[in-house]
Amino acid sequence: MKIARHFCWSIARRTLFISPKSYNDSASSQGTRVLGLPPQSDEVSLYVHWPYCLRRCSYCNFNKYIPRSVNHSAMTECLQKETETLLKLSQVSRVTSVFFGGGTPSLAQPATIAAVLETVSQHAQVPEGAEVTLEVNPTPAGMSKLKDFIQAGINRLSIGVQSLNDEDLKVLGRDHSSQHALHTISEARRLCPGRVSVDVMFGRPGQSVASWETELEELLTVCDDHVSLYQLTVERSTQLFKQVQRGELTVPGEDITAVMYRTAREVLEKQGFRQYEVSNFAKDDAVCEHNLGYWKAQQYIGVGPGAHGRFVPISAGSVQREARTQTMAPDMWISEVQKSGHATRRQIPLSHLALLEEVLVMGLRMNDGITHQHWKMFSPGDDLHRVLGQCEVVQELKQTGLLILDDRGLRCSWEGLALLDGMLPTLLLQLGTYVHSQGHQGNGESTAPCHREGQQRR
Amino acid sequence: MQLFLFNTRGQVMPLMRGFLELKICKIKRRTQAYSTVCTLIRHRWMKSALICLPNQLCKDYSSSTEKGAIDLSNFPVDKIRNFSIIAHIDHGKSTLADRLLEITGAIVKTEKNKQVLDKLQVERERGITVKAQTASLFYTYQDETYLLNLIDTPGHVDFSYEVSRSISACQGVLLVVDANQGIQAQTVANFYLAFEAQLTIIPVINKIDLKNADPERVEKQIERVFDIPAAECIRISAKQGTNVHQVLEEVVKRLPPPSARAKDPFKALVFDSTFDHYRGVVANIALVGGQVSKGDKIVSAYLGKTYEVNELGILRPNEAPTKTLYAGQVGYIVAGMKDVAEAQIGDTLYHHKQPVEALPGFKPAKSMVFAGMYPMDQSEYTNLRSAVEKLTLNDSSVTVQRDSSMALGAGWRLGFLGLLHMEVFNQRLEQEYNASVIVTAPTVPYKAVLTSAKLIKEYGQEEITIVNPALFPDRSMVSEYLEPMVLGTIIAPDDFTGKIMTLCLNRRATQRNMVYIDEHRVMMKYVFPLNEIVVDFYDNLKSMSSGYASFDYEDAGYQPADLIKMDFLLNGRPVEELTTIVHRDKAYSTGKAMCERLKDSIPRQMFEIAVQAALGSKVIARETIKAYRKNVLAKCYGGDITRKMKLLKKQAEGKKKMRSIGNVEVPKDAFINVLKRKEK
Repeated sequence: MKIARHFCWSIARRTLFISPKSYNDSASSQGTRVLGLPPQSDEVSLYVHWPYCLRRCSYCNFNKYIPRSVNHSAMTECLQKETETLLKLSQVSRVTSVFFGGGTPSLAQPATIAAVLETVSQHAQVPEGAEVTLEVNPTPAGMSKLKDFIQAGINRLSIGVQSLNDEDLKVLGRDHSSQHALHTISEARRLCPGRVSVDVMFGRPGQSVASWETELEELLTVCDDHVSLYQLTVERSTQLFKQVQRGELTVPGEDITAVMYRTAREVLEKQGFRQYEVSNFAKDDAVCEHNLGYWKAQQYIGVGPGAHGRFVPISAGSVQREARTQTMAPDMWISEVQKSGHATRRQIPLSHLALLEEVLVMGLRMNDGITHQHWKMFSPGDDLHRVLGQCEVVQELKQTGLLILDDRGLRCSWEGLALLDGMLPTLLLQLGTYVHSQGHQGNGESTAPCHREGQQRR
Repeated sequence: MQLFLFNTRGQVMPLMRGFLELKICKIKRRTQAYSTVCTLIRHRWMKSALICLPNQLCKDYSSSTEKGAIDLSNFPVDKIRNFSIIAHIDHGKSTLADRLLEITGAIVKTEKNKQVLDKLQVERERGITVKAQTASLFYTYQDETYLLNLIDTPGHVDFSYEVSRSISACQGVLLVVDANQGIQAQTVANFYLAFEAQLTIIPVINKIDLKNADPERVEKQIERVFDIPAAECIRISAKQGTNVHQVLEEVVKRLPPPSARAKDPFKALVFDSTFDHYRGVVANIALVGGQVSKGDKIVSAYLGKTYEVNELGILRPNEAPTKTLYAGQVGYIVAGMKDVAEAQIGDTLYHHKQPVEALPGFKPAKSMVFAGMYPMDQSEYTNLRSAVEKLTLNDSSVTVQRDSSMALGAGWRLGFLGLLHMEVFNQRLEQEYNASVIVTAPTVPYKAVLTSAKLIKEYGQEEITIVNPALFPDRSMVSEYLEPMVLGTIIAPDDFTGKIMTLCLNRRATQRNMVYIDEHRVMMKYVFPLNEIVVDFYDNLKSMSSGYASFDYEDAGYQPADLIKMDFLLNGRPVEELTTIVHRDKAYSTGKAMCERLKDSIPRQMFEIAVQAALGSKVIARETIKAYRKNVLAKCYGGDITRKMKLLKKQAEGKKKMRSIGNVEVPKDAFINVLKRKEK
């Protein structure tokens, strides 16, 4: 396989990075380890954030920057350095998937992608065929580089089509047309057959249910095996927010977007796409492994400006999973990595409860929900029936057919999935009440962020 | 409070009592050939006024006394005039008071003298007077020096209780009317208060310096409405000082001296009181007969308690102690009363050895408007309580009752004299005590005449007043319900007559009369149910008349009314804190409006919510809050789940604070939105 050629997975080298000291540290706290250390701590997925864009989309409030010029070599070096730092810190032996997101990561040089992947393979084992995704903006420039990206090690492409309506693309501030999108999809499918995903957005200004349905059907005739549906959310501090505030644009109301969502689910299912998460649909099980990792509350490392991670920094002597965030601004991020070898800005140890909350919130986004085995890995003592089954509100949600708690586990019904965010606060409340009643507070309840100073004991 | 003793050499011997409250600065002033030392006393509430007893006066009236305090024995009854100024808001009452104080030397003339007697921030901001103040002025007319006691009154009829109190200590009033605006609703209401008290009324037309001033028209209005000859009007500009001297002259000439006799035993009316943390109650008194001196033993007719006079004096407008107050004079007295309740307004004081027949006194202030008041956050309860206590200490007309709401927590149900009174109280709470409060929509006190023997026994009376809707007795237990009525006066240009009549009709008002006060202005009198005007009547009136209509009202007793209790239900469960008493004719519109407000305030939930208004078991209005159709964030970026977790956790925390009514969760904000008085 192509991928194998570009990845020199070194199993032997990995062991060099376990210092005897840190090994002893974690061993000495064996007692708490059972609770504190989630399963599969030997594995991690990697998210790499490319923060730059060519222009600002009117709806985007994500961490992105429109620079005059990008110092590709500095960025490459720093991404490599931070990848190395965090992989060493986590002491994992395997990286199960890599995802290049942004920003617009397709603006990065293929050499950068290759270099980061090379670093990964130097410090961890990557199973053969491991998913390596790149987000691509369907511009002619992006399209022309696809081949090189694949050469660099990318084996899955996620294309930000957003819309097939040129007028809408303009309103959203995208830098591509529907023609570009169609070309990019077909080129991507040619290069990466069966591993191309398209992102499409609904709830756009002026959009109707009918036009959405038509558009989606058109898209399904050209797309590959994976579709991600995003509802446009009007975020504060965006251009779109101002336009909506000023009354220049109107976005469809709650009831309309509800119908759009339902329609899309029905259309996709009819076309053989199985919904496996709130916004993700796949044919022939072409699911995104990387994203599934988030929803299954597996460990991940985030590298790049503003990237988030969830892992146990074992070599720092910790046995507790931490929520970590990298410095947001690219310039700062670069200089921090150059100066001190890392740019972790915040690290918050997750308490037992906080971890279970994430398991619950993320897990229920999946069609399959949370199986008993899945839950047990994080909460060996208390099964789902015990934690949530007694709660009156949960009973009510079960009775109304929105939530299912059975022998398989806890999950949303088809109707319930659309209402998940309405159910989660209740479930979180119940979970909190239960955990507190069981007296688990002692396990690192302090969630006060520890800032940079002395955070990495190396 | 400040016991400053002045002697003729201009030396100052401050006694240290109350020292902390005062800032004292000695200022050496050069005037022409000689210099005098003058002590400027700045009281903490006297932000801009410089108060100064001119040496000249001290010499004249204090040299004869031992310690240099002002001797008031030089002012027999016929040299005394007690008066107040009454006016519609912004017609210049306070400015006129400033000028009078300046002319008579009570305050130094400076640019800064603005509303000297309006000490509260709220008074200055709103241009109204809330708390009556008194100032004794020395004025020389035809070589005779007179003691003029200006008893400043609140301008608004909400405070008519205060006005009537002040008026009772007066023999005459200056009725100030704006030369441009003419007679307004409050002018009329204030006029009648004075007229009914049989006071001499001197009409003063103010602001004649304004470009659009039309004093002639106003004189005609005064003639027509009040039956006072135009010739009796004094045209002035208080701002520029034009003809202000004439006002003082006319006060001396036209007003009768008080009908008090020096030979009678001491008898005084308590017409106001304030509370001072150092000295206790400071009572403002008007001597109806005899004299009172420091060290005298006096008795309160109301309580029968005996007190010793520790301090007394006149107000100029700050306290200037004297040894003795004489018949006809007005001053303050400190006699070791520890509680405002001991200085009942309207009480009679007499010498302990010479009991007298008590004066008729006043009816206690009657709360006309009630509103719930709750701290924004329950943790602020204690602070708010102490703020409310402090404020009510000096405003005995506010009634306070502890109350609690399942939605809003612990708070109070406060009774006010009227809407403005309520607003002023809230504003003072916020400004002077920095308290943030939720104030519920105002309600009025209803009455019920009971028929049920059991209930009569329970209440101990046949007619009960209902302030809390939850305690509204069932129709089967009562012979009739009564609602408070007011007589409203509206003055507006006649272009708006039609609109105003429609508005009043919609408010269940009945017209009493309608008079043209000049070619273009109409005065209309309507009897309103009070509850029809407490919420937004005045705002509607103002906006429909482009601000030209003025409105005022006075108590008009109770009338039988077809009242009914209305419940609000969420999925069939009543929400106790929303229960209201309405007139049957208004039940539908009120119910509908309230359901709509509820619908807008309660967030969608996982299931449909029926919002209903019900009279007994009969539902009269309904709104439906649809269930969520979709509530899931269809995008969850990369690894950034922190933000989403935070949001969900916040919502989960919020759920703890929600009030559950059956299966419906109502956030506190929704209650606040529904219950709160609407912002203007």
